[in-house]
Amino acid sequence: MARVWLATAHPIDEGSVEFFFEVLIGGLLAGVMYSLIALGFVLIYKASGVFNFAQGAMVLFAALTFVNLVGYGLPFWVAFACTLVAMGFMALLVERLVLRPLANQPPMSLFMATIGLAIVIEGVGQLIFGGKAFGLDLGIKDVPIAVGGVQISKFDLFAAAVAGTLVLVLGAFFNWSPTGRALRAVADDHQAAMSIGIPLPKMWRIVWAISGAVALVAGLLWGSRLGVQFGLAVVALKALPVLILGGFTSIAGAIVGGLIVGAAEKLAEVYLGRYIGSGIENWFPYVFAMLFLLVRPHGLFGERRIERV
Amino acid sequence: MLYREAGQYKIAYATDQQIFPILQDRAAFAALMILAFAIVPVVGTEYWFNGLLIPVLILSLATLGLNILTGFAGQVSLGSAGFMGVGAFAAYNFMLRVDGMPVLGAFVLAGGCASVIGVLFGLSCHRIKDFYLIVATLGSQFFIEWALTKFGWLTDYSPSGVITAQKMVILGVSFDTPVRRYLLVLAVVVIMALAAKNMMRGAFGRNCMAVRDMDVAAGVIGINVFRTKLLAFGISAFYCGVAGALWAYAYVGTVEPQAFDLDRSLQILFMAIIGGLGSIMGSFLGAAFVMLTPIVMNIVGTALFGHAIDAGIVANVEHIIYGVLIIWLLIVEPHGLVRLWQIGKEKLRLWPFPH
Repeated sequence: MARVWLATAHPIDEGSVEFFFEVLIGGLLAGVMYSLIALGFVLIYKASGVFNFAQGAMVLFAALTFVNLVGYGLPFWVAFACTLVAMGFMALLVERLVLRPLANQPPMSLFMATIGLAIVIEGVGQLIFGGKAFGLDLGIKDVPIAVGGVQISKFDLFAAAVAGTLVLVLGAFFNWSPTGRALRAVADDHQAAMSIGIPLPKMWRIVWAISGAVALVAGLLWGSRLGVQFGLAVVALKALPVLILGGFTSIAGAIVGGLIVGAAEKLAEVYLGRYIGSGIENWFPYVFAMLFLLVRPHGLFGERRIERV
Repeated sequence: MLYREAGQYKIAYATDQQIFPILQDRAAFAALMILAFAIVPVVGTEYWFNGLLIPVLILSLATLGLNILTGFAGQVSLGSAGFMGVGAFAAYNFMLRVDGMPVLGAFVLAGGCASVIGVLFGLSCHRIKDFYLIVATLGSQFFIEWALTKFGWLTDYSPSGVITAQKMVILGVSFDTPVRRYLLVLAVVVIMALAAKNMMRGAFGRNCMAVRDMDVAAGVIGINVFRTKLLAFGISAFYCGVAGALWAYAYVGTVEPQAFDLDRSLQILFMAIIGGLGSIMGSFLGAAFVMLTPIVMNIVGTALFGHAIDAGIVANVEHIIYGVLIIWLLIVEPHGLVRLWQIGKEKLRLWPFPH
């Protein structure tokens, strides 16, 4: 993702401290966008142990639905609500048609099923809305504002604020609402949760719906930055190193991992890319996450598993 | 009645250890080989070779490679296509830069290159497991794609990154017609599949399976887990590398790095899962199924709707059906097509007297 404003905003002195901070902050804010996608992964993985490859497709589908609803002339909030309903409906279908029949299958089968799901969702999206790219304007200009000599994109700040709010809301939900607590119980131990009467299928539906809502928010922000097009699903893969860094099971980890990955990838692109060639941000996060895992195999906040024979 | 081992006594260890212990299986295998090597080349049309048989065989080989790693050793990989790319471009460079390089030698060296890269990325399996490993292999996938487009030397500074495979001449015979290319691919695939079958029956294969089922337990009984996993990575990448070289030389002829992208990796993973993880035969069934389904759907789609409906819509519907089919197969037969084959064989043993 080329930061246009980074390159053109003002004459750049690549050695200066300001420039370093500009890259760093730009990276951190881009990382927030990755975190948004990673959040959806974490929610589903925690509650159902499913590594949901279709999260990227869900982001895309949500954004496509929203853009087209707005295109039909619906006001922002109505379109937003309708898309939420659509994502909830999708969660219902996924639980009924994919998760339930595959209950008790090895995680690998579920993972493969979500790849199949991704294909289906992308296909349906393309069938309904066509394959062309849509522009999405949230009304926030992607202009740099100067803070102490460092240029920061206003849009990125807005995205960070949205992500922060989302995390707070989710945190509150998981801590204080009965459903949220039930979800945490499910995440902790499926069988124990079932034995005290928490209905697993219902929890799955809820968590897929929530993750659909998160996908919508991520889709809107990413969509307005890159346009709503099929590349979004690939961008979503960037959430994987984020997850790995933070640990699969931690919401805080998704955020911190996102920040680290965002910053590392931008710094690497600017400072390392000079020596080994540009475009390294395509693979750097993965290799970075891999090296990180060599030191901490369960990520920053992941649960440490004790293996017994 | 026909398929029964009654009366076939094993009186030597050698007969007990055959790949196909039952006479009928041996006969069927021989018939299949005769069909593939002698009859198909005579009756097949150019479309059969170029459009179906060659790609299916090559992808079977890649799937076989992935199956050794994922199905037998239990290490999930999303980097198979990357290793295919390494193989293709390594073979090209060996042919280009070494005078008088024999084609098959280049293929083996290409496999070796892929193997080295595979082991390098596989080193991470020392500490990383399960889904975490997916990200490491994704890293290799994206890194290889990037390196192949970035470093012009690898593509001989071709401006578009496209390489054109050199002519294949083995012992003075030029493999330029579809039939000959098919025979070459078939020979390579059969030899490597037999090698894989034997490896997986031997000590290495059993080590792999022990590691897959529970690596801690495997370590406790004295298997060197790290070495086994690394070997699996290396061998798997070797198979993928050779498959990639064949893809460039025997199938498409001109190839760009984007031919080996993540979608290809996912496709190979589908083939392994749908065919059946941990089965040599499953690799072939899976590859055939995944490659042929879109073709069959295309034919059916055109037959049903003609050209009345926009081709884009038909393509999308095919896409959706393909995804649904994958989920459906995972639900009804999680052990893959090879399981259906086994069930069929068991039924056949009792047929026509089921008691």
